[in-house]
Amino acid sequence: MKEIVVISGKGGTGKTSISASFAYLESAEAVICDCDVDAANLHLLLDADFSHQEDFFSGEIAVIDKDKCTNCGDCYSVCRFDAITQTEDFCEVNPINCEGCWYCSRVCTHEAITMKTQKAGDLFISKIKNNGVMVHAKLGFGAENSGKLVAKVRQIGKSIATKENKKYIITDGSPGIGCPVISSLSGANLVVLVTEATISGLHDLERVYKLVKTFKIDAVAIINKYDLNSDMSRKIEEFLVSENVEVVAKLPYDETFSKAMAEGKTILEYSRESIISKEIEKAWNLIKQKGE
Amino acid sequence: MIITIASGKGGTGKTTISSNLSFYLSEKGRDIVLADLDVEEPNSSLFVKGEKILSKVAYTMKPVWEEENCKLCGKCAEVCNFNAILALPKGILTFPELCHSCYACSELCPTDSLPMKPHRIGEITEYKREFPFIEGRLDLGQEMAVPLISQTIEYVLEKYPDSIKIWDAPPGTSCPVIEASKGSDFVILITESTPFGLNDLKLAVETMKVLNKKFGVIINRYGIGDNRVELYCKEEQIPIITKIENSREVATLYSKGELIYPKVDSFKKSLDEIVNFLENLK
Repeated sequence: MKEIVVISGKGGTGKTSISASFAYLESAEAVICDCDVDAANLHLLLDADFSHQEDFFSGEIAVIDKDKCTNCGDCYSVCRFDAITQTEDFCEVNPINCEGCWYCSRVCTHEAITMKTQKAGDLFISKIKNNGVMVHAKLGFGAENSGKLVAKVRQIGKSIATKENKKYIITDGSPGIGCPVISSLSGANLVVLVTEATISGLHDLERVYKLVKTFKIDAVAIINKYDLNSDMSRKIEEFLVSENVEVVAKLPYDETFSKAMAEGKTILEYSRESIISKEIEKAWNLIKQKGE
Repeated sequence: MIITIASGKGGTGKTTISSNLSFYLSEKGRDIVLADLDVEEPNSSLFVKGEKILSKVAYTMKPVWEEENCKLCGKCAEVCNFNAILALPKGILTFPELCHSCYACSELCPTDSLPMKPHRIGEITEYKREFPFIEGRLDLGQEMAVPLISQTIEYVLEKYPDSIKIWDAPPGTSCPVIEASKGSDFVILITESTPFGLNDLKLAVETMKVLNKKFGVIINRYGIGDNRVELYCKEEQIPIITKIENSREVATLYSKGELIYPKVDSFKKSLDEIVNFLENLK
């Protein structure tokens, strides 16, 4: 089983539309994971049915019992997250700021503080187009631990893939370089870097690739909107060549992606004969051959 | 006044709009300061291209084990709720990447064997242009963006208390964007008129409601996709500040890191609408 993670560093480069196309092409042999739990969109293109839901619990929040609180202020003085305010009669917790560290509850001598486990999001296992299966999630509003939720999505994806003897896990990764993307990458077999021919595209590609290198995972790249700025496109290719990263597809600047999206379709369903569709199919075939 | 420019979905135009708006406002004689709080992938500097005038290393405090007086009682590991400390029979191991800097281990240690020491997470850099521009940049491999975001904000608030502040926020709806929004007076949510844009806008709107923030929407790349974003905003009575027309010219200028409004009239008109909207707030 091979886990292929699609990431981009920068948002809006076409990562999810491309992941959806791969998912559409390989749905019978793959489990699809959406690890962009902060702003998950993959389900919109794959007709996910949300047939299985479970709660995701992670992290805790301090709760102060006003009746037991003597307003001594011990909790207030140890909290480093400005999560406790002292009113005239008692102390109060601001749940948005509370980090769930337990420090306040440990120093409270009146047993007024309890820690309550938080529901941090929802996990879903869905049937999708072409008889595929997809694991996805929705992080709760203002919830923490998106990294842990990502890990959970991948863990479920892996166990389904093992049980059903699937050949691939196709993961739509998270943006950025912080905890969710680190959580998306660990243990993956191949990274597909999606970038665009813009100055920010290059900058973010360089940054996220440095991170990928620390994980020692093989990578290939897709350059989107390559004809928007040929100079930038060349710089991106030069960078990728210098790092030995193969460019598996170059996609033109084209609004067909948005048009397909508006109909809830992958680009392959919307216009199979377009250059973009052909490039994506070619890319997927190259990706499958990697490491075989 | 603090204005946060945010979006659920990435790549909708936060940086384009915040950098162009900053230049435009300063051209109009306003005292403004711009800060890039997308510390994981900071890009505003590519468009602002200022002269670096000051750079400082950002730290968070993490416990460091000192052996001499430690009795290996294990209290530190017991009170750490983030598995960042492991008490072994012969020593204490700390895992800074898991640590949330709550100080519990350090201050509850009976022998003061875990003093908190600075741990580098990134850099805060100030650039000079027609206006001051401050960037927070997280070191690669660092997982926690929030402390750097809050330190970058603190830096600006201290140094430029009276200026209009524009925050270029990170994408998403979780902790980093909350940090970049919770202290601001108004949040501008940038979206595009596609199903992804709409889905992520809804998430961002819910987050702003939880934070009890005033907010409005800018529809970027207007004309692609469909009109569901507009219908949603109408239904929810969310003000649409401006619609920025989809244009390949804008995309090309952006790709080179150039300012848009001096060359594209329709974009300049949208900036006027933003400025008018902001001036009529309250």
